[in-house]
Amino acid sequence: MDATTPLLEVEGLKVEFKTRRGIAKVLEGVTFNLEPGKTLGIVGESGCGKSMTALSIMRLVPIPPGRISAGSIRLKGEDLLQASEKRMRQVRGKDISMIFQEPMTSLNPVYSIGDQIAETVRVHEGLSRRAAFDRAVEMLKAVNIPAAEKRVNEFPHQMSGGMRQRVMIAMALACRPSVLIADEPTTALDVTVQAQVFDLLKELQEKTGTTIILITHDMGAIAEMADRVMVMYAGRAAEEATTEQILTAPKHPYTQGLIACVPHMADKPPPERPPLTEIPGVVPALTDLGSGCSFAPRCPHAMDHCHSQMPQPQELGGGHRVACWLYQEGAVA
Amino acid sequence: MSSAPNLNADADNLLEVSGLKVHFPLPRKNLMTPGGTVHAVDGINYNVRRGSTFGIVGESGSGKTTAALAAMRLVPITAGSIRLDGTEMTTLEGDALRAMRRKIQIVFQDPYSSLNPRMRAGAIVREPMDLMDVGSPDERDRRVAELFRRVGLRPEQVALFPHQFSGGQRQRIGVARALATQPELIVCDEPVSALDVAIQAQILNLLRELQRDFGLTYLFISHDLGVVQYICDDIAVMYLGEIVEQSDRISLFSTPLHPYTWALISAVPSARHRKGEEDNRVRLQGDPPSPIDPPPGCHFAPRCPFAEDRCHREKPSLREVKAGHLVSCHLVGEDCVPPHVKTAAA
Repeated sequence: MDATTPLLEVEGLKVEFKTRRGIAKVLEGVTFNLEPGKTLGIVGESGCGKSMTALSIMRLVPIPPGRISAGSIRLKGEDLLQASEKRMRQVRGKDISMIFQEPMTSLNPVYSIGDQIAETVRVHEGLSRRAAFDRAVEMLKAVNIPAAEKRVNEFPHQMSGGMRQRVMIAMALACRPSVLIADEPTTALDVTVQAQVFDLLKELQEKTGTTIILITHDMGAIAEMADRVMVMYAGRAAEEATTEQILTAPKHPYTQGLIACVPHMADKPPPERPPLTEIPGVVPALTDLGSGCSFAPRCPHAMDHCHSQMPQPQELGGGHRVACWLYQEGAVA
Repeated sequence: MSSAPNLNADADNLLEVSGLKVHFPLPRKNLMTPGGTVHAVDGINYNVRRGSTFGIVGESGSGKTTAALAAMRLVPITAGSIRLDGTEMTTLEGDALRAMRRKIQIVFQDPYSSLNPRMRAGAIVREPMDLMDVGSPDERDRRVAELFRRVGLRPEQVALFPHQFSGGQRQRIGVARALATQPELIVCDEPVSALDVAIQAQILNLLRELQRDFGLTYLFISHDLGVVQYICDDIAVMYLGEIVEQSDRISLFSTPLHPYTWALISAVPSARHRKGEEDNRVRLQGDPPSPIDPPPGCHFAPRCPFAEDRCHREKPSLREVKAGHLVSCHLVGEDCVPPHVKTAAA
């Protein structure tokens, strides 16, 4: 790790949910740091805990049935897990803000988009109605919405999906937060519109230095957007490294499978098409994870002790961390 | 589109679609003003070779799903002809239509909402055979067990309900149901886009295995260009109800001719566009326009970075510019050089 001070430090984060089938260990000791001005990508299949990590940072885990049972989340040194609810209301939207997958359901249909953006700045920065409204127009211009002065009075249903996601981004960035969490921000959008949204996020990051956490299941999006990547599986980080390291030399068998199983679009498609690499089986139920590596039942390289003992994250050099027995020195048999 | 090219019509084609139009009327705005018309599919031609996979790609609202549903007679057809195995489908009614439906089945996008939650998995797969009177009841049960094995489920799972399966397993049930009546053509409407990436590969491999073993023909609808490039043999790109480019998979991806196809391909996020690297992609501005009142001239002209006067006035027609590669663009000349390549060279 280099000398840059982390903006956000998540350490040993554990989240459990009480279910009818027992305790589901949704997060099992997630640890990572955010470097200011960079983008961290979190990838994994549904249920791996990537969205839950984001919700924990925002302290939006539904309690009960959920419970943050261990760990710390430090924003510029302040432990958010110890903060009061009042303090959290200041943090949300001001220091850390979030955009969601479905822009239609996360906007309020009965307020104009201008009102919704203005509300954020009035609450957090105490601006007057007039000044807040001007800020809303300015933000809409910043996210490249044409005729911003006119569209600021429109309602969410009058806009297309891509426009709504721009409004969400405008709202999230209105108070210049230091961290923006984007949870599958383009999954509901067409590919040409997705490209526009990604360009916009990159452009805004360059201008404002916002740190982004991008949650996605798409390795292509990671390649294009992220500086560092954390691959999650069953509530744990399987591997964490720079995007370059993940794409060119993935170490964890799960990461390798995740990259190999997707048919990547090539500029010159090869005439022969061998079967795609499969990751056999399905994601395990989080209620009965054994004591071993949770990927072992699907892993092509699983050894005896993989099934009985959980591998700990191991530093391989260059900030590349992987939790897999294949890379543990002096692995116990 | 009367001058539409006749794409190598021969006996090898299982499905021949020509001049297909599907228009949906909109409710009138008030008593005096009639409502508009959605030109969902506006005069398209395509042929699907027996045993091959024909892909239709496009953004939402491009009409790709409607084009496929029309081939199954699941939407009212405004004009055009659809011939399956030489039989004209558009005029069939009643029992004749039901009999033809045995030959076309569909796999839906969402494996959750496309299975009846109150039916057992075995009954879901058996239902098409019951409805079409295929075989004796005993034979149907045997066939259900065989289909379960074939798609990678265990025969004893026939007694379970859909909620007891994972998303990937449900999609396997959907595939088994589509296979039940031994169809010749299977329409796959975004069959993997609701699934996790690791599960997508399992279903795509299954579809290709089944195609090889049973000689199936697929009509494959998708917006995922990676998946389309992998699974389809021939591909049509749709924009606002029309086919703008059509070719085999290799020619389409290595030399896309229509500026829209080119923009679509370059919009796919990938390691080619690493963060911070110089990148000369041209971005499409705006959203796909509405198919209610498509612009005159080339439908793509308002978003096209190369559009000239003529593009806004005259509608280009789909023509064959090199063997098997069709494009509808004024700017692709005899030399077959597309505008995005010309601009890059200039």
